[in-house]
Amino acid sequence: MTAEPMPLPNIQKQEIINYLKEGKRLDGRGVADYRDVEIKIRISKKAEGSCSVKMGETEVYCGIKMGVSAPYPDGPEEGTMMVSAELGPLASEDFEMGPPRINSIELARIIDRGIRESGFIDFKKLCIKEGEKVWTVFIDLYPINDDGNLLDAAGLAALIALGQAKMPVYDEETDKIDFETHKGDLPLNKDVMSFNTTFFKIGDNFIIDPTSEEELASDFRISIAVGSDKGKPRITAIQKGESVALSQEDFEKVLELVEKNFKAMFPKIEKYVWGK
Amino acid sequence: MSAATKSKYTKRSDGRKMDELRETEAKVGIIPTADGSAMFRTGGTIAIAAVRGPRILHPQHMQNPRTGILRVNYGMMPFSVSDRIRPGPSRRAQEVSKVIEWALSEIIDLSEFKSNVVDLFIQIPQADAGTRVAGINAAAMALAHAGIPMKEMASAVAIGKLDKTLVVDVDKSEEDYKDGEGSTDIPMCFLSRSGKISLLQLDGKISPEELKQAVEMGRKACEEILKIQIKALKEVGK
Amino acid sequence: MVEKDKDTDSSKAKIKVKADSREIVVPGETIVSGEQYLPGEGVYRDGEDIVAARFGLADVSDKLIKIIPLSGVYIPRRGNVVIGTVTDIIGKGWLLDIGATDNAFLNVAEVPRYINQNEMPEHFNFGDSVVGKIFSIGGRGIDIFVKNRGHGRLDDGLLIKINPNKVPRVIGKEGSMVNVIKDATGCNITVGQNGVVWIKGESIDDEVKTKKIIKFICDNSAINGLTEKVEDFVKTMDKGK
Repeated sequence: MTAEPMPLPNIQKQEIINYLKEGKRLDGRGVADYRDVEIKIRISKKAEGSCSVKMGETEVYCGIKMGVSAPYPDGPEEGTMMVSAELGPLASEDFEMGPPRINSIELARIIDRGIRESGFIDFKKLCIKEGEKVWTVFIDLYPINDDGNLLDAAGLAALIALGQAKMPVYDEETDKIDFETHKGDLPLNKDVMSFNTTFFKIGDNFIIDPTSEEELASDFRISIAVGSDKGKPRITAIQKGESVALSQEDFEKVLELVEKNFKAMFPKIEKYVWGK
Repeated sequence: MSAATKSKYTKRSDGRKMDELRETEAKVGIIPTADGSAMFRTGGTIAIAAVRGPRILHPQHMQNPRTGILRVNYGMMPFSVSDRIRPGPSRRAQEVSKVIEWALSEIIDLSEFKSNVVDLFIQIPQADAGTRVAGINAAAMALAHAGIPMKEMASAVAIGKLDKTLVVDVDKSEEDYKDGEGSTDIPMCFLSRSGKISLLQLDGKISPEELKQAVEMGRKACEEILKIQIKALKEVGK
Repeated sequence: MVEKDKDTDSSKAKIKVKADSREIVVPGETIVSGEQYLPGEGVYRDGEDIVAARFGLADVSDKLIKIIPLSGVYIPRRGNVVIGTVTDIIGKGWLLDIGATDNAFLNVAEVPRYINQNEMPEHFNFGDSVVGKIFSIGGRGIDIFVKNRGHGRLDDGLLIKINPNKVPRVIGKEGSMVNVIKDATGCNITVGQNGVVWIKGESIDDEVKTKKIIKFICDNSAINGLTEKVEDFVKTMDKGK
């Protein structure tokens, strides 16, 4: 059935809350269940790495492009990274009424932080000439269809695309990049990979992987990037959305959910990223 | 087909015949939240189109009280080409948007939708020349899928002249061809029933006689493309 | 105007659509040819040919040729019962989003009791779901009234959105299909012509079952003998318990 966003009717929000009281969701899932995930790699052969991630009907493309530029002054021997997301109207209705959903800038920044803080990309190995030339990793996210949870789908797409990415060859003399030749994988520290999960609160319950209806019904969201520290969850980034404040009780509940979700999802995420 | 013995371009880089299209693929309904959507691929060029509307047009001063309007937004994804494209509007994208709008306005009838807008979004995830014509092919299917009143379909192809040789469905290596008279790029769009030409652009140099031949080649190639578009539309819901 | 073409042009090829069958046609495609046919909705005459003017199923069951749409936005018609959401309260009435090309307007005078301006939000507030009937479509928009049985504010239950073009299949001839669903699940169901369906059941399981049946109908709307297939589907669901 088409997921056309009209403003969320009051009775719909009420019904979503009623269902959650019995631990159920409108599409039959449990509160901690993801929708079916479908992954396609190499959606653009012109990218150094690319993929499409579908969670239910939400679909996001991600492409990795490599460039060469000067390093930042505070990191003369480190490569750089830039994440951008274009949340255009291709993927969803322009929505005038109702609570503001996530925008391009916030989405890009949350994903950027999760990857950067975890140390997933080995920036030191992206140095070409100290102080002068380094590789830049461009991570471009493009939603194709928005039926909720764009952020987590985009986060997963970024990890998979990075895992797929191959290094092109840079010719220092001509200052040109040969994109046709591949020289190994993008240098990644596999052990510190962390993935993003956003927890949404509707009424008194937390859910993950909401549909766009559930997102509209939610009062509160918090995104948490988690990696593995010898099999235990390690949080690498947190972003609380919107202006609602978090109670101590909620905070502890979220930490509990982070642990549960890590156990259930981390092996799957590893398989998505490295298994292909 | 002009196979002038004097032409330097005698063999296509991918081994195709001069009048042969690249491997083509089309699918309708790929974006569930859109009112109509489609994907069209020829060789290494992929175009995705989504239609939203007819719907209320904001701001009000842009509304046309006598008819609905078609608004086209064309863009290329940053990772669609070797040298990354910085995200955001570009002059080229604006020009292509306008040209596509003119090509498709011919076939749609928005007289019943006064003051409304039909928004057409076209994105290119992977480019290997012929992006605007691939965009038109995807867009025509998406408009039909959205139930927009349309008198006929539209199919487009890029014909090239490489030195003195005319070819169908130019790829990037051919677009970059520099020998002899170099590469002349001729994107064109034909309407399925009336046979009219709703898009014709040219970049390069060509004689009127050669252009006439190029248009004939384009017309025939578009008959093939139309078959592919029709097949994709008829498979909706299966 | 119509060129007599020598070579085969697939869009101009004369397609004989059999009287009982319905075939998907694309814009510009000839459906039938002959002076005896009349152009109805979604088609136009081009010389002798009756040509599709939009994408959909060609209906040639009589001399009046028309297209049954399979996709596309909801086009409101006079007499349609719709389910909308209140998006604004302005002066003399309420604006409702019914998923159409324009908002619908419910004038305070078109509601059975007298309501003064201060009471308006109590009656229908922002975000409330309302069932009403379109009685006029004109230059100034879509007007609805809320006067019949089954109209009014919905206070509980669940809403789902379906392709508005599938609504006739979900309702069935004279309500036959929607009755099958009601019998199978015990739910109250109101189907809006704009593709919004309201479901209220005794339990969540009943509502989920109703949703599944409706999805089945939408996914299989082109099949003949749909009622039987739906009844089989219900039996399979019940066995699975």
